[in-house]
Amino acid sequence: MSNKMATREAYGKKLAMLGETTDIIVMDADLSGSTKTGEFAKKFPEKFINTGIAEGNMMSTAAGIATTGKTVFASSFAMFAAGRAFEQIRNSICYPKLNVKIGATHAGISVGEDGATHQSIEDIAVMRSVPNMVVLSPVDQYETYAVIDAAVKYNGPVYIRLARLPIENIYDENYTFEIGKSHTLKDGDDVTIIATGIMVGASLEAVNMLKEQGINARLINMASIKPIDKDAIIKAAKETKAIVTVEEHSIIGGLGSAVCEVLCECEPVKVKRIGVEDRFGQSGKPELLFEEYGLTAENIVKQTMKLLGK
Amino acid sequence: MDNKQLKLHAANIRKNILTAVHSPKSGHPGGSLSVCDLLTFLYFEVMNIDPENPTNPSRDRFVLSKGHAAPALYSTLAERGFFPTEEVCNFRKFGSNLQGHPVMYVPGVDMATGSLGQGISAANGMAIAGKLDKADYRVYAVLGDGELQEGQVWEAAMFAGHYKLDNLCAFVDHNHLQIDGNVEDVMNPTPIDEKFKAFGWNVLTTDGHDFDQLRDAINSAKSYVGKPTVIILNTIKGKGVSFMENQVNWHGSAPNDEQYKQAIDEIDQYIETLGGAL
Repeated sequence: MSNKMATREAYGKKLAMLGETTDIIVMDADLSGSTKTGEFAKKFPEKFINTGIAEGNMMSTAAGIATTGKTVFASSFAMFAAGRAFEQIRNSICYPKLNVKIGATHAGISVGEDGATHQSIEDIAVMRSVPNMVVLSPVDQYETYAVIDAAVKYNGPVYIRLARLPIENIYDENYTFEIGKSHTLKDGDDVTIIATGIMVGASLEAVNMLKEQGINARLINMASIKPIDKDAIIKAAKETKAIVTVEEHSIIGGLGSAVCEVLCECEPVKVKRIGVEDRFGQSGKPELLFEEYGLTAENIVKQTMKLLGK
Repeated sequence: MDNKQLKLHAANIRKNILTAVHSPKSGHPGGSLSVCDLLTFLYFEVMNIDPENPTNPSRDRFVLSKGHAAPALYSTLAERGFFPTEEVCNFRKFGSNLQGHPVMYVPGVDMATGSLGQGISAANGMAIAGKLDKADYRVYAVLGDGELQEGQVWEAAMFAGHYKLDNLCAFVDHNHLQIDGNVEDVMNPTPIDEKFKAFGWNVLTTDGHDFDQLRDAINSAKSYVGKPTVIILNTIKGKGVSFMENQVNWHGSAPNDEQYKQAIDEIDQYIETLGGAL
């Protein structure tokens, strides 16, 4: 069995498993083949609702279903969930705090060939700004499973950010996740790298490369972007004095901004935000795009050295 | 319930609507008065609801998709006993439950609305959930005629037709006026009936201020199988207050003290013609 899986794939598999034990409704807007909700649809056709290509309508309909006490997963690409349906998510779901989980796949530039229209680099920024919304961004298959379990236990809206690209597993089936808590993957005292989603992999590689140069970097996986793990951020700032953030998202409003909001009020230290620098994505193979936008282990190492003045 | 009693409840609700918008000097009297008779009829004759148990899972649901008519919904809920009538004075005031547009923490409010086009989708959600659960509750929703300009209404119309939500009955409050003027001039939504028919709905048209016609139409919707029903209500914006009727400026402005007194006096006189208060 391959040790690689896209988080969207894990989302689809987990929903199909959840359907066995939990009364959930899954919705999609004509992307069930891509968001991978198709597996659930095949297994539980009576609990799967396709709205056709109408994301705003899907979100408000999900809200109406949730008023009857059901847990609803509404799925689309991050672009069309957080983007197109922003206001429906805000007013129909978050304002009355209804129990709708948004499965937002194809987040970030790793969507690849489809290009900028389909590459959401703003969704963390807009989703975390809405009151009552929880924003989660898992790294791999097992963290996606754990994040969905936590989302189901939590009564209220949750935005789950998922990617298209298959990636190496970091965790295994014993991994547990709690909303508001981060996970420290590597301990170190010289600098802290805080990463989220599929950027955790490149960051892990960067930590190993830094080690070869004599730098002990701490690596924190921040899957819970809102609420964010303030304690872990402040502790890292106190102990390592410098922070690098890495995300497949605009550096405006995303993980880097969220970390800086904590730091500037509680424990100001030097920070470098690595992410998409206020520009649109473009078509191309994900690896080439990562290269172009600086989302590689090599660039994380380079920026970290620069931040440390080395 | 006999029509005279319904008329008296509607008159009380009209007075509460005026009090609600006069008190904070803010709100939407015109479109509240135009749906007042429908809400009276739904809450006093049609819907299976219990003010003592407002979240009963088997209750009928109501969604005010044209959420700016909140004074009508709050005043109807108060008249029906969901909370004390005096509370309508707190409408739109700081610290009050009675927010400018409907919120779910007000007893009896089934969905938060206010951003046009979203309520009808939420009503679809309640209706399809009822189908999945094989529950026998019905869902009622009110759209404004100006609201039909929102694209989401037609996404929702397509959805309800596609899933054959015959447990849903929507209404269009066709009072012909929106903030910027005549609905037909701003962005003409007509023919409304043909549009809904094309989307797979059972379509009826009635006088939205005539309880006999409302009774016939809603009963007919209840027994219609296989399609959602929309009832287009011919209504008068500002209905029941002579100087507000068919005047677009009463869409979103509150009466001053003198106008408020005049309006209440008019309704009190009307109550006298019906033989006095309940």
